[in-house]
Parts: sequence; C-alpha cells; structure tokens
Amino acid sequence: MESKTELTCIGCPMGCLMTVTMEDGEVKSVTGNTCANGDKYARKEVTNPTRIVCSTAIVSGGDLPRVSCKTKTDIPKSKIFDVMQEINRIKVEAPVKIGDVLLDNVAGTGVPVIATKNIEKVG
Amino acid sequence: MMNYDIVIVGGGPAGLAAAASARKAGIDKILILERDNRLGGILNQCIHNGFGLHTFKEELTGPEYAQRYIDQVLEDKIEYKLNTMVMDISKDRVVTAMNRNDGMFQIQAGAVILAMGCRERPIGALGTPGYRPAGIFSAGTAQRLVNMEGYMPGREVVILGSGDIGLIMARRMTLEGAKVKVVAEVMPYSGGLKRNIVQCLDDFGIPLKLSHTVIDVEGKEHISAVTIAEVGPDRKPIPGTEERYTCDTLLLSVGLIPENELSRGAGVEISRVTNGPVVNESLETSIPGVFACGNVLHVHDLVDYVSEEAERAGENAASFVKAGCRDSSSGEDIQLIATDGVRYTVPSTINLGRMDKMLTVRFRVGAVYKNAAVSVYFNDERVMHNKKRIISPGEMEQVILLKDKVAAYKDLKNITIRIEQD
Repeated sequence: MESKTELTCIGCPMGCLMTVTMEDGEVKSVTGNTCANGDKYARKEVTNPTRIVCSTAIVSGGDLPRVSCKTKTDIPKSKIFDVMQEINRIKVEAPVKIGDVLLDNVAGTGVPVIATKNIEKVG
Repeated sequence: MMNYDIVIVGGGPAGLAAAASARKAGIDKILILERDNRLGGILNQCIHNGFGLHTFKEELTGPEYAQRYIDQVLEDKIEYKLNTMVMDISKDRVVTAMNRNDGMFQIQAGAVILAMGCRERPIGALGTPGYRPAGIFSAGTAQRLVNMEGYMPGREVVILGSGDIGLIMARRMTLEGAKVKVVAEVMPYSGGLKRNIVQCLDDFGIPLKLSHTVIDVEGKEHISAVTIAEVGPDRKPIPGTEERYTCDTLLLSVGLIPENELSRGAGVEISRVTNGPVVNESLETSIPGVFACGNVLHVHDLVDYVSEEAERAGENAASFVKAGCRDSSSGEDIQLIATDGVRYTVPSTINLGRMDKMLTVRFRVGAVYKNAAVSVYFNDERVMHNKKRIISPGEMEQVILLKDKVAAYKDLKNITIRIEQD
C-alpha cells in the first residue's frame, strides 16, 4: 500500500512543502525539499516523530507557585498528552534547582521530567 | 548621590550580558536596576526550548538560558537592585530611581546602558471594532499568567496575530487543556518562525488563517465571541467572508515596541522605523556615554543575538569609562543607508576612530524575498553581494564589515545596504 504525507520543513525560513511517499511502512521517496536537511527531517518525521515537552509543575513554599520543567530528552510525539497528564500531577516543595528530577520515566517513555528554573524557598 | 562607573537599566538578557562583559573589560562599579522581583527578564516566562543554539550549541529553555547569565553576574559579584523602577535619566547621566527600601535615589553614572526591552502592542493600538470586555490579553501576559503564576486565562481561545509568542501560546494553552480555535494573521505571511508554525500549530491541528483579522468583539462583561474576516491587499475586510467564533479568550500577538520612555526623557534620538535609539558603531545613542542593546534598541528574533549585542555594548561602555568618559571618535562619521527592501540598519553611523576590526550590521527587510541578494555599496560601488534563497521579515539579517576594507576606501561617505533581485 502506497501512501503520501505532506509536511512543512522546519529547517529554515524557506519552509519547503514536502511530500513523503511511504510503502509498507518504509519511506519510498521525499520530494519538494531543496536540501539534504529537509530529506532527513521528513524521514524522521514520518517514521519516528519526537518532541521535547516543556511545561510547569506545582511548587509550594517557593518564590513562585510554578516551576518550569521539560522532558530531559525528546519523547514520541504521540505521547505528548500522556506526558502532560503526568506532569500536571507533579507537586514539589521549594527549593528546586535546574536539573532536579521531578518525575522519573514519564508516561512509560523512560525519560525523566527535570526542572528548568531555580525556585528559592521563602518564609 | 551615589556614584557608579556603569548603570544598567534592565536585568533581562541584554542587561545581564552587558554587565558581565563590562566587568570582564575591567570595570569595577557596575549596578543593574531591575523593576521585576527577579533577574532574567522575559526569559523567565519563556519556558519552551530552542534558546542558546548559537551561544551554547545546545537547546535550552528560557529560564535555563537566563540562569547562565545570572550565575555569571552573581559570580562576578555585580551589584543589582530588584523591584526598582528607574524614573528618569538625564543628559549628564544622572539616573533617578526608586524602590520600597531606598525610597527615591540618584546615581551619577560614568556610562548608562539602556536594556529595558520591549512591550507588546495592545488591542487599543489596533482599532478593532466591537466591545472591550474582560478576556482579552496580550500573548505575553497570558504566558506570564500560565507559566509563572499558574492561572489559565480561559478555555476557548482565538489568537490574533502570528508572532512567535502567539504561536508558542497556541501550543501552551492547548497542552494545558484549552481549545485554540484559530490563529488569524492580517498579513499574507506569518512573522513567526517556520518551526513554530509546524510544532505549535500543525502538530495540534490549529488552523492559521493568513490575510484574516478580527472585525468584531462580542461580550459585555466577558468576551463571548469574535468575528474574523478575510482582508484584501489593502488590509480591509472583504464582505461575505465573515466567520464567527465563540470564545472566552482573545490573545494578541501583533508586534513588539521597544520601551523607550526613559530614552526619550533623556533626549535620546529615536528611529521612526525601529522605535529604538539611533546608535553608532559602538551602540552609543545620540547622548555620549548612553548605550543601548537588546530589544530596547530593535526587536530581535533570537536571544543569542541579544546577548552578543549586549556584550558589545558592555565593552564599549567600559571603553568610554576608561577613556575618562570622553568621546574618542575621529574624523567624519560614515552614514549607513537602508534602502530597497532593507527597513533599517543597526548601527546607523560608523566612526573609524572607534570601529572594531569587525562590525556586525543587523537589519530587517520589509517583505519576503526569494532568490535575492543582500548587497553592500561603498559610496556607489557594489562591494558585497550575498545571494540568499530566502530573506523574510521575521528573521534578522546581518552583514559583517571589516575595518581594513572600510578604512582603505577613499572618501567613503555612505555605506548602502539593499536587497537586489537577480
């Protein structure tokens, strides 16, 4: 079975509109790109798209009520909302330092969620 | 009155980098004045990643990027005052400020570095028809509420303007459970980065309507709906294209304006194109000893360029102080001229006496150009012709001028930068 996917390249402001042709789960061709980066991006995007998820977690006793956080590495795109659901259940106490692990193995991805901001303890 | 060698107005990315580089250049008494309750400026609320690719060769979030500079400032024991509002800067570099601990106080500065950043264009500046109920926020305000204070502005969102902050907030609100119904952009192209259009809109199926704007806002107490229509080349709504969207939130991402009330008060000459100070090669304004860098000077696309520019402002302010707070220029200034698609250049003038070996000239264009070239002319002779596949208003462009070449050119009066289509 042959299928076609259209996507916009994010490599540069050109934003090439690319068409990826797949057959039996394998990339058959990439067209529309104007450089090698586009080809590479398109192949990854149709076979294994990943994203780093950035959000915030509840923190108590700190100089802010939220601490920003991210998945330490990229996670499968399809898991974004599962990851968000788990991040939204995190509750930590100040102080928090950049790099602190707030949650291990988020949504079964094997990736930890880490703090991206220092929160000082107050009061 | 207090005395400092350099006073920096603003503790965001520009102010922090300027402080660290002035210290590196050997200046002892430096003071940063910041009106917020922490250093780092707008980066504190930019929790998404993608910062620092040029500077640190890795992708950081905003707060992580800011912390690297904050750590440097702390390590250097550079003084700073938080919750402090600067009220006035005089021509003689007397800075008047106030806070709850010190009351009102004045500082005689050897040099002043303006690093106040920019503000978002508000709905009042757009002349949008309809009511003005609660529920209308600038995208950056919503970003601060969600990412720092933990409040959600609403659940059903329409976004006007496709600047990067608007795109980033489309994703952020979606991740937090809101429904972002549409992003309307009055121009036929988005001012945002391609990467943000794909990863913030396409990833979540949020439609981007180019050449569309909001023509009505409904709701007495709280916003209940907006009407969006297509616009023609004259940017006027086309009858019959109206679409109504119910919503409880309207976010605006319609441009940034450098915040120059203090600069104007001091008598600094302001560019009508950038809304920032007119500066020379040293990033010095029309008032000797007053320097500017970052988004107060011109709105940047990447914070990495802000840091780099601010470091230069810090070094130049240090040189000014070390020279006894006197002008070290020599001979006539060379004028930089922006034309044929180039909207402005930073700097606007070059004095050879103060020019470094290499000078980065930054600018933006006014439209999208494909297969065009950035050309540099010394007087009437073309000396540079850099071909580019695409040049767009959303991205800052630059050319690098070498002092050797500039100095060697006989009777150089003007350097012109223009876009040429082959």
